[in-house]
Amino acid sequence: MSRPVRFNIHPKEAQIADSITYVNAPEGYGGEGFFTTKLSDVVGLARKNSLWPMPYATSCCGIEFMATAASHYDLSRFGAERMSHSPRQCDLLMVMGTIAKKMGPVLRQVYLQMAEPRWVMAVGACASSGGIFDTYSVLQGIDQVIPVDVYVPGCPPRPEAILDGFMKIQELVGQESIRRRNSDHYKALLNGYGIQ
Amino acid sequence: MSDHNITLAEDAIERKTTTINLGPTHPATHGVFQNIMELDGERVVSSEQTVGYIHRAFEKLAERRPLYQVTPITDRLNYCSSPINNMGWHLTCEKLLGVQTPKRVDYLRVIIMELARIADHLICNSIVGVDSGAFTGFLYVMQYRELIYEIYEEVCGSRLTTNIGRIGGFERNFSNTAFTKLEKFLKEYPVALGELESLLTRNRIFMERTIGGGPISAERALNYGFTGPNLRAAGVDYDVRVHTPYSSYQDFEFDIPVGKTGDNYDRFLVRNAEMWQSMRIIQQAYNKIQEFKGTEAEVYHADVPEYYLPKKEDVYTKMEALIWHFKIIMGEVDMPKGEVYQAVEGGNGELGFYLISDGGRTPFRLHFRRPCFIYYQAYPELVKDSMLSDAILTMSSLNLIAGELDA
Amino acid sequence: MAISNEYIQQKLTEKFGDQVFNFEETYGMLSFEAPKDFNLKVMQYLYDEPSLGFQFLTDLCAVNYPDDAGRELAVVYHLHNLVENTRIRFKVFTSIATPDVFTASQLFSSANWMERETYDFFGVNFVGHPNLKRILNVDEMDYFPLRKEYPLEDQTRIDKDDEMFGRG
Repeated sequence: MSRPVRFNIHPKEAQIADSITYVNAPEGYGGEGFFTTKLSDVVGLARKNSLWPMPYATSCCGIEFMATAASHYDLSRFGAERMSHSPRQCDLLMVMGTIAKKMGPVLRQVYLQMAEPRWVMAVGACASSGGIFDTYSVLQGIDQVIPVDVYVPGCPPRPEAILDGFMKIQELVGQESIRRRNSDHYKALLNGYGIQ
Repeated sequence: MSDHNITLAEDAIERKTTTINLGPTHPATHGVFQNIMELDGERVVSSEQTVGYIHRAFEKLAERRPLYQVTPITDRLNYCSSPINNMGWHLTCEKLLGVQTPKRVDYLRVIIMELARIADHLICNSIVGVDSGAFTGFLYVMQYRELIYEIYEEVCGSRLTTNIGRIGGFERNFSNTAFTKLEKFLKEYPVALGELESLLTRNRIFMERTIGGGPISAERALNYGFTGPNLRAAGVDYDVRVHTPYSSYQDFEFDIPVGKTGDNYDRFLVRNAEMWQSMRIIQQAYNKIQEFKGTEAEVYHADVPEYYLPKKEDVYTKMEALIWHFKIIMGEVDMPKGEVYQAVEGGNGELGFYLISDGGRTPFRLHFRRPCFIYYQAYPELVKDSMLSDAILTMSSLNLIAGELDA
Repeated sequence: MAISNEYIQQKLTEKFGDQVFNFEETYGMLSFEAPKDFNLKVMQYLYDEPSLGFQFLTDLCAVNYPDDAGRELAVVYHLHNLVENTRIRFKVFTSIATPDVFTASQLFSSANWMERETYDFFGVNFVGHPNLKRILNVDEMDYFPLRKEYPLEDQTRIDKDDEMFGRG
């Protein structure tokens, strides 16, 4: 009952040009020995290529994260070489797996221990919306307790999907305004979650 | 508490124990369970566990779902080796419904289950290495887990939570690509496992870290309900594949590795040896499959149209096939009344499914006998009087999977 | 199966008379029932008797039969004799009004957490258990979720529309 393979039947030879990309300099005005640009661009460029994620792995998505961090799909190409296990030293909280109601307060406390600027990525269907577990004991999405920046659907998402989510976080980080974290809009967002 | 001849005041701080919380958020990806440990300096005096941080109410969820819809939730029990859970559930259903699977299906199932066992043991052993400081072994063997995932993808389409197989067999025949990848695995994996062994097994640092950590005697292990590699490391050769063979395991020749003291090093060695035995089984199964010729080589499911989705050509042309297709998809297939208990040898031990059916479309009660949940009770006894870092190693060498703790 | 089910049934009826009843053989496994006050005596006999020797507790769970008045909760023990490779199933029934059953955790250490899980899900009170509190659900939960009368979903969730799931 198997049909013939249609994709990837003429595999390409690996080219060095495809393997290495350079990060382009932000837009600005430069000359002999100087370069001017916006502060938020430079800071965003530095931050997005050196994010320190905290893997908050609870269940099956955590194993796909281990596959993403291993050599085949290599998360460290994107600058996330150092996984921080302490929330006080990380930038990005990657919540991977089902969060039960028992775990909700723990997740909230971990989020509160993070220092600004901080981003949150909900990996997997369970973290985004409760997933297939519409039960009395599972939190239907972590955005019930903490604000989320990027949701990666999948059950579990392929490592490529996790990397895609990570690249979207990088876009968000690169374009963030310097004043965002002090703005009223952001404060109102956090107050909506009961976080001061 | 102190061994020296020093007189301490009654309320001196040296006499007090510290309580620390090895909280649900662990470093390393072990899973979410909490240990509140009382320490005397670096030595563990007592520990108390809290589980339930990932309780997803599988048993209640299964009462709502007809038989096929229960398979995806069995995936998420021991998610490092989910095909074994799926096959175990299908075997339970087949026992209840009285379905006999042909030999080729059994041998294909054995290949997939042994690949899953290798994947599970690889994670456990390499994480024991990571926890004792050796990160490289983990990176080497994850490449071979990726190859196992590719084989799963050829058969069922998904990498980790596979939902593989159906009641009576598989959803599609194994393609030639799957067999090519299996041959590649059989050729290259022994080299990689040999590398992991040479990194860790006779490594003096690793041996000194793991030998003597978390030992358990065979009597205590049996009383605590240990099964699987942890029990075999304690010296009892109980393996469900040999005691109550399922899926034609009696046709294969393999050894059961057994340890002596049940400490971390024995558990590591038992899992390592089991991976070699799994390779033997896969090789034998692959040879047996290649002996099927002609129409027998195309068999990949039992002929039970009431439980196995019929071919689409038949659904569009024949009335009966259309009715069965409708009934199976809508979950309206009635089960006979009865109670059945089926056990399979999961990555961590005897994974049991206790299914009570009252004749309706969904199980009346489904209970999973989860090996991790049962042997985690013994953890305080295993780590009493050991150092904190050895307690961490004991936790990781027990191969605690949070999804299986239902915790 | 090395010990035949008839032999087990015969030894049990010799020792306990008509206190063990409802012998059934489903899919090769013998299953019987005893009154709830006898559960420890039966298991101790099965453990100590040299020709029976069921010294491994495989599983302990409960089942809720809401329609059987006076016998709503059944506690099911699966025992295994590893040497002779025989399994049996042993049930005790109790009413939902007084769900007290003696604990097996003195005999089998593995029963400790399994009984806590059964208490958490069904409310079966195991008399003599060292630490009977909730294990998998949150400690503040005030009902026993796996009883048939309670729904699966959390009724306070607002983002999922029950009408669309066919459960309106």
